[in-house]
Amino acid sequence: MSILVDQSTRVIFQGFTGREASFHAQTAMDYGTQVVGGVTPGKGGQTHLGLPVFNTVADAVKQTGANASIIFVPPPFAADAVMEAAEAGVPLVVCITEGIPTADMIRAAAFLEGRNTRLIGPNCPGIISPGKCKMGIMPGHIHRQGHVGVVSRSGTLTYEAVGQLTKLGIGQSTCIGIGGDPIIGTSFVDAMQLFNADPDTHAIVMIGEIGGNAEETAAAYIAKNVKKPVVGFIAGQTAPPGRRMGHAGAIISGGAGKAEDKMKAMTQAGITVCASPAEIGDKIKSRL
Amino acid sequence: MKIHEYQAKAILAKYDVPVPRGEVAFTVDEAEAAAKKIGGSVVVKAQIHAGGRGKGGGVKVAKDATEAAQIARKILGMTLITHQTGPEGRVVKRLLVEETLPIERELYLGIVLDRAQGKPIFMASAAGGMEIEEVAAKSPELILKEAIEPGYGLAAYQGRNLAFGMGIPAASVNSAVSAMMALANAYNACDASLAEINPFILTKDGKVYALDAKITLDDNALYRHKDLMELRDLNEEDPLEVEASRFSLNYIKLDGNIACMVNGAGLAMATMDIVKYAGGSPANFLDVGGGANAEQIKNAFRILLSDQGVQAVLINIFGGILRCDVLATGVVNAARELNIKVPIVVRMEGTNVEKGQEILKNSGFNFTVADGMKDAAEKVVRAVKGAAA
Repeated sequence: MSILVDQSTRVIFQGFTGREASFHAQTAMDYGTQVVGGVTPGKGGQTHLGLPVFNTVADAVKQTGANASIIFVPPPFAADAVMEAAEAGVPLVVCITEGIPTADMIRAAAFLEGRNTRLIGPNCPGIISPGKCKMGIMPGHIHRQGHVGVVSRSGTLTYEAVGQLTKLGIGQSTCIGIGGDPIIGTSFVDAMQLFNADPDTHAIVMIGEIGGNAEETAAAYIAKNVKKPVVGFIAGQTAPPGRRMGHAGAIISGGAGKAEDKMKAMTQAGITVCASPAEIGDKIKSRL
Repeated sequence: MKIHEYQAKAILAKYDVPVPRGEVAFTVDEAEAAAKKIGGSVVVKAQIHAGGRGKGGGVKVAKDATEAAQIARKILGMTLITHQTGPEGRVVKRLLVEETLPIERELYLGIVLDRAQGKPIFMASAAGGMEIEEVAAKSPELILKEAIEPGYGLAAYQGRNLAFGMGIPAASVNSAVSAMMALANAYNACDASLAEINPFILTKDGKVYALDAKITLDDNALYRHKDLMELRDLNEEDPLEVEASRFSLNYIKLDGNIACMVNGAGLAMATMDIVKYAGGSPANFLDVGGGANAEQIKNAFRILLSDQGVQAVLINIFGGILRCDVLATGVVNAARELNIKVPIVVRMEGTNVEKGQEILKNSGFNFTVADGMKDAAEKVVRAVKGAAA
């Protein structure tokens, strides 16, 4: 098993005919993902990569039976794309776009409240259930089907952790990049809940970074609810305060969001915390 | 993006937050003229993008225009060192000359994003004039909070909760509430990520003013605020960081001697961490992004190496969209064109890694190839120590 995405996931691409989306739609199909079409306003009726293009998400859902959407729309229009997908009733929306204004995401997050749509991201690599479905920009070939769930705020650092696991022969049930922005749809706690409930996930890797207090909140949740082994790492132990480290959300401000505080909270919650990012694979191995 | 106090106050004034009468001055003459125009005693304030200016000697009161000119002469051009500037300090190039006001009480107002709630939070405290972080740590009960509902701004009743909560006298509550609602409007209208008035003062005659102001703008939203984009002051930024931003490279200069070139912000931070863990000291944070090309790699190299302190370079790339062969080509070209002398340790993983390694091997340069992050960090630390010995 896996969480959120598998062989039955029917995916549409928003911003389908763009360069990035085209590239990643092709890679997703090569990986075996069921891509059923896409949306580019004004290009409805055309065919792209052998699949139908629609003007609206509602049309695409009606015609293809899509139950998931991945967004590659440019930042000024991406929050709107999230809302459009939610209004069309798409249960799972993954937003890859980086650089969305925070105010737009505040509005989109409020819009999602009370609707049955789960948003992953934005500013994230997406989600993959190895061997079943790849909805994202991660390199598929570094993954291997198995029983470790991975959740992370980062992109390439997630690949690093996955690469370490795969090299040790340890496969993954599902890997989710929740995104590096301050406002995101799916939190660490949400992902933990899902992994905890998935009988096929036997251990969890949690990769956080400086900024905010999502890791502390997740640690409190884990201490109370999660019996599976959790291995964690926090990026930015050496980051200076007050500087935004690439991700909009990765900033230590007003004394909050420091790596050491997160690592302490995680250790207290029974999580095996790695001081070095090279230890993630080995630590999981020791706890399986 | 950070902006100066005088710029923040201009924004606040536009949204009807009361601010003291004042003018920006770039020269001593301008400062004197501004003081004359304002009349009476004035306060001369150094404009740099850092707090703690008063303690650092960057804020002084003058009894008249002549004294204002004397003070301006001292402050303009001085290197102001505060707890936020770092030991190198900042050179003062602009001043704000303002009227002085009869302060009765100093309060605090601020708006920040609450990530967990997904909305901005309006904070108010009777303990103004102090570092709000200190207040939050020592006596959090002194900070009152109201969530700003998306699309609604700060409601008047929320403003009253805060005003009465801070003990503002009834006669001044309405003007305080108006100022708070105006601050919330300004925050929303200019896509701020932080807005702070510290202190927000109550005068002896019952009026309220923003005596200081700090606004940070959301970089992601600047595209729709052309006017605010012009407020960027490149003097306040590290020249190498400005240069990097021209090539869409995310670069932050640090104090160490091991330059790092990485794709992805999380991996870039983790690379800095592992360098430190191996006993080294990172010279920078650099995220070349997911789709870097050979040209960008070259520019990244050039920027890394213009930092005189750099003694070795660590390249850590997990190829996804950025293919290892593209990276390797960029690295080899850069090494050739820039005549790179310092040792370079390369760790590549992911898409087309074999091709990439072949390119490095056949380049004729003596790159050290590493297997994994730990190996890479240890090798680069050894390279630096070897150079020092």
